[in-house]
Amino acid sequence: MLNQLTISELHAKLTKRAVSVREVVQACLDQIKRVDPQVRAFLSVDEKDALAQADIADKALAAGLPQPLLGIPIAIKDVLAVKNHPLQCGSRILDKFVSPYDATAIAKLRKAGAIIFGRLNMDEFAMGSSTENSAFGHTRNPWDLERVPGGSSGGSAAAVAADECIASLGTDTGGSIRQPAALCGVVGVKPTYGRVSRYGLVAFASSLDQIGPFTKDVRDAAILTRVLAGHDPLDSTSVQGPVPDYRADLTGNIKGLRLGLPKEYFIGGMDKEVSAAVQAAVKQLQSLGAEVQEISLPHTDYAVATYYIVATAEASANLARFDGTRYGMRVEGADPNELYTKTRGAGFGAEVKRRIILGTYVLSSGYYDAYYLRAQKVRTLILQDFLKAFEKVDAIVTPTSPTPAFKAGEKSDDPLQMYLSDIFTISCNLAGICGISVPCGFTTNPKLPIGLQLLGQPFGEGTLFRIAHAYEQSTDWHKQKPEWITKQS
Amino acid sequence: MDYEAVIGLETHVQLKTRSKMWCGCANEFGAPPNTNVCPICLGLPGVLPAANEEALRLTALTGLLLNCTVARHAKFDRKNYFYPDVPKNYQITQYDQPSTLTGYLDFEFEGKMARVRITRAHLEEDVGKNFHFERNSGVDFNRAGVPLMEIVSEPDITSADMAYTYLNALKDILIFGHVSDCDMEKGMVRCDVNVSVRPKGQKELGAKIEIKNMNTFSGVRRALEYEIPRQIDVLNKGGKLSQETRRWDDAAGITGVMRTKEYAHDYRYFPEPDLMPFEPTEEWLADVRKRIVELPLARKQRFMATYSLPSPDAETFVNDRPLADYFEKAARGAQNPKAVANWVINNLRAKLTESATSLDAVRIQPEHIQELISLVDSGKISTKIAQDIFSEMFENGGSPSMIVEHKGLAQVSDTSAIEQFCDEVIAANPKSAADYKAGKVAALNFLKGQVMKASKGKANPNLVGEILERKLKG
Repeated sequence: MLNQLTISELHAKLTKRAVSVREVVQACLDQIKRVDPQVRAFLSVDEKDALAQADIADKALAAGLPQPLLGIPIAIKDVLAVKNHPLQCGSRILDKFVSPYDATAIAKLRKAGAIIFGRLNMDEFAMGSSTENSAFGHTRNPWDLERVPGGSSGGSAAAVAADECIASLGTDTGGSIRQPAALCGVVGVKPTYGRVSRYGLVAFASSLDQIGPFTKDVRDAAILTRVLAGHDPLDSTSVQGPVPDYRADLTGNIKGLRLGLPKEYFIGGMDKEVSAAVQAAVKQLQSLGAEVQEISLPHTDYAVATYYIVATAEASANLARFDGTRYGMRVEGADPNELYTKTRGAGFGAEVKRRIILGTYVLSSGYYDAYYLRAQKVRTLILQDFLKAFEKVDAIVTPTSPTPAFKAGEKSDDPLQMYLSDIFTISCNLAGICGISVPCGFTTNPKLPIGLQLLGQPFGEGTLFRIAHAYEQSTDWHKQKPEWITKQS
Repeated sequence: MDYEAVIGLETHVQLKTRSKMWCGCANEFGAPPNTNVCPICLGLPGVLPAANEEALRLTALTGLLLNCTVARHAKFDRKNYFYPDVPKNYQITQYDQPSTLTGYLDFEFEGKMARVRITRAHLEEDVGKNFHFERNSGVDFNRAGVPLMEIVSEPDITSADMAYTYLNALKDILIFGHVSDCDMEKGMVRCDVNVSVRPKGQKELGAKIEIKNMNTFSGVRRALEYEIPRQIDVLNKGGKLSQETRRWDDAAGITGVMRTKEYAHDYRYFPEPDLMPFEPTEEWLADVRKRIVELPLARKQRFMATYSLPSPDAETFVNDRPLADYFEKAARGAQNPKAVANWVINNLRAKLTESATSLDAVRIQPEHIQELISLVDSGKISTKIAQDIFSEMFENGGSPSMIVEHKGLAQVSDTSAIEQFCDEVIAANPKSAADYKAGKVAALNFLKGQVMKASKGKANPNLVGEILERKLKG
């Protein structure tokens, strides 16, 4: 079953010419046909285009071009621009919009030889933690179809967990890669802010958004992150400097590495099985030679509030362009204002509207200092917490999410409960540091994946891969799949 | 009661860059609608701005030319408002940390020097242009994202004429500095006018009225000529003025209310997260400083002082830089630079126009102008001959002394030779000689002309006059 393999496994088979790219792509398309009616990870798949790319890749393979992702099918979250593909961000307001250009991340994948295919479901404009906010229906968790895959990159996580693609791209503004990765039992990386170009990522919160990979193991995450990373003249916030080959960090040796457990993250309210799995993972890391110590991130309590001010403020401006005049949906009006109001009223979902209103409010005259400016100051304090901690430790270990996947509808009427599901992931974006979620166990009844989060210093992705890889090598959590997903059809 | 006007101007100027502010599209006027556009300047989903460094340099340069401080830490902000010509529904501008601030502009006004303080010159992006047709409207985004500099003055302007003069002085500086072409026809300069009136001597300002989007300087003057008396009239009639935005109707020659304070926008400015703060290095600033040019007023004053030129001559050289450069070469070490200026302005410029020649192609070496002048001053040639020599120099080049020698044009100052010409002419024209002796002074000029003719123009006319007079009186 080619669709079940990892990038490195496939790369070996493809370069040996043991299989063709067409076979690999076909295996993914077949799996989508078989399981996606239940999982609903994909909004659309352009089969013809995917197979055409496969044929080109097969020719390149015959010519012996050793590109790192040659022939690897990678599916894309609906928030990233792919030339001539729909770009809707899970929203009606971008009805029929087709991107005329490639995001830099997509261009880099292409250059590395990847097959870019499919549009993956997401919470509308990446606002949500369950993929229930998509205008095009819910995505379901492959481990339990009654449960959510997490969000906002729920489609990206579910597609990889269901072996519908080899890897996928998502975006992470407050946990939107790591939380669904944890809930679906795959690996998800939020690179350091500035590590990956945001050009072509439809912005939710510009100062928090990063593109990152979903993969089946840590090695694939290291390979894909390397391809995506690097300065881009089209994104002034992307950072100059060399991109290391993260595969060199996958030594399996973490002896003497110092890990910090933030005491603020291990308090009441956490699911017992999640807590136990994380504790066990910490023990496992210790047995591999890591030194563990308690640390403090004193401003943790303010992270969620700070996040919902900064993120919504930026979103209120970022989403202003969707007004019905130039592209996407339009509801006619007697004058421009009426056209805007009607279009936006009909085009945006409730959560998006809630955040635009909140963001507009915190920026308005007379409130700016009390909310936005203050939130920016708290943000600096949160970063300082981390930088201080990284003087003592090489990485920080936490649960990714306080609970395993919850049932669809369980939190969708209570935005505050929903916001709290990102409580462990949000600080990482506010501080601009990097993070990864790796599978670290399962709940028993039902069997649901649990994620372990590692947070690293700015541009410390290598260290995270090293730890996560060593841990992964000593466990088999990442190899477990929902039975019906691997069943032969 | 006596009132005075208090006026401040916000002047928007398109910068002279090859490409737009955030993308590689051409910054070019007159292309067919929506042809100089790309995903970035159209604000399509997912795009990001990347700042045009030349625009940042031109803004810093303007700051230096306007005696401003160039900020070592500047940033961009988003100004949020919905309007069809704004592709992102926010404009990227500089709100509280602009590129340059606190300078001044000195200019001549009503025969004296005037100074208007500059609050700031900051960088932002231009928006598209709306077009309204019979049944619908369209937007041309060619202009969207063109780098636009806003120069904000302090309310130091006191009259419509002063506003007009300030704007022209500002425009001259921007053209001189190669910052902007300031072509009004192409909409490269637009102005918002803030004007209030207050009783003379009162400290507090009156209610600020803003007149938006003026696109000619004469329009600004006319609008103020209308608006100031209007405001005074309201107050005189016991009315009250309150803060509002007005629109100038050029055809009707009046201003009308656009929106009152209650409907003022809340722009919800916040720092642009897609752009890093701009922190120019010392090297970068040094490069910008190399582009500082001599400004019109300073140039005029220098020409008047260094070359003792009258104001109109100096102005000619301010406005015609190549001619001025030529003059400065020609006048190097000159005893009488005014004479050099006369030759350059009156003769050289006329010949250039006549023959449609540019200064680059001119054959006359600048140093030969002084040589020509000294030939006249020393009496070696007459001014008339000098004109001929100048024409020869213009046609074929060469030094005037060589031409004089070559063509035997040296003036005859040998008294005995002239005496002989005079004797011959008097003998040949007994009637005229008699007329002069009878008191008809004009007859002398006729005889003089005959002598000059006989000498083929080479006789020194002063000597001819003296000798004739002596002979006839004697």
